[in-house]
Amino acid sequence: MSNIKLLEIKNLNKSFDNKEILKDINLSVSGGKIIGLLGKNGAGKTTLIKLINDLLTPTSGEILINGKKVGVESKKIVSYLPERTYLNKQMKVSEVMKYFKDFYSDFDYDKAEKLLKDLDLDINKPLSKMSKGMQEKVQLVLVMSRKAKLYILDEPLGGVDPATRDYILDTILSNFNENASVIISTHLISDIERILDEVVFIDKGKIVLQSEADKLRNKEKSSIDEIFRRTFKC
Amino acid sequence: MEISFDNNIPIYIQLLEYMKIYLISGTFKSGEKLPSVREFANTFKVNPNTMQKALVELEGMKLIYTERTNGKYVTKDEKLIEKLKDEYAMTLAKSYFQGMKRIGLGKADSIKYLEEIDE
Repeated sequence: MSNIKLLEIKNLNKSFDNKEILKDINLSVSGGKIIGLLGKNGAGKTTLIKLINDLLTPTSGEILINGKKVGVESKKIVSYLPERTYLNKQMKVSEVMKYFKDFYSDFDYDKAEKLLKDLDLDINKPLSKMSKGMQEKVQLVLVMSRKAKLYILDEPLGGVDPATRDYILDTILSNFNENASVIISTHLISDIERILDEVVFIDKGKIVLQSEADKLRNKEKSSIDEIFRRTFKC
Repeated sequence: MEISFDNNIPIYIQLLEYMKIYLISGTFKSGEKLPSVREFANTFKVNPNTMQKALVELEGMKLIYTERTNGKYVTKDEKLIEKLKDEYAMTLAKSYFQGMKRIGLGKADSIKYLEEIDE
């Protein structure tokens, strides 16, 4: 066992055009956890996630994954579900799967095939012929079918119905292995809170609260959703 | 074993309650081997870490024990399960009685209502 954290963010700042989007973010995540990154729209969740995925460069501070700076190496062990799709919609699901297989050595093709079948998704259909919800499911399946160390899911439940949400949560639960961690950003807290180990509240670019989910429920005698509403009352 | 959770109460405490009922009702019998943390987590549809926490609590109460490398078992001490059942029944009885009290009914009346219930 090493003391190296799976993810370690130190004094991270990010500004666009002199506007501070993230301010002095410090966060560390160890293996085997499901963490909820919770905040209102525009709080900085997606910016933080993009920085962790090396899609943006920090203004100052650093992000370490498995002890190393983010970059080519970290992408091999981070499986990322973006808020918006980056897939070519003209492609069939089966083509996207091949693409994933070529691109990520940890992609489990059989597992993806099985999950897609469970969800009644036709792999011979192009994405453009699928509803928004179906496309989101396909993307999530692809992301969860990698044997990654860190899964980062940006709003994975946004466009899907409640029944599918439950299926997605189960998929997340049953597919993450003991050493991997999952970071889920969302504002649909009540749907997701039962599976979270830890919650991180982010507001106006700052981490305002970080706690074990059950500890917080115990302390405040209410749900994470309720605490969130109280904390961020408009 | 599908159950629903109240998000206002720590999940591991709710899991602990469900587990106690399983032990009291004999779903898992004295001395029986329990499913793994992972299996429990999958059936309850909860985070394995949360399930683990509930099982640790249960172990702290001596209701279950770990056999090294072999998994977890229900205690062989049947008296302990009996005691748990007794305590649980008393809590339910008290809660019923308190409810009756709130609407102005005493112990004798409360018992009368119980007797009227068709099983």
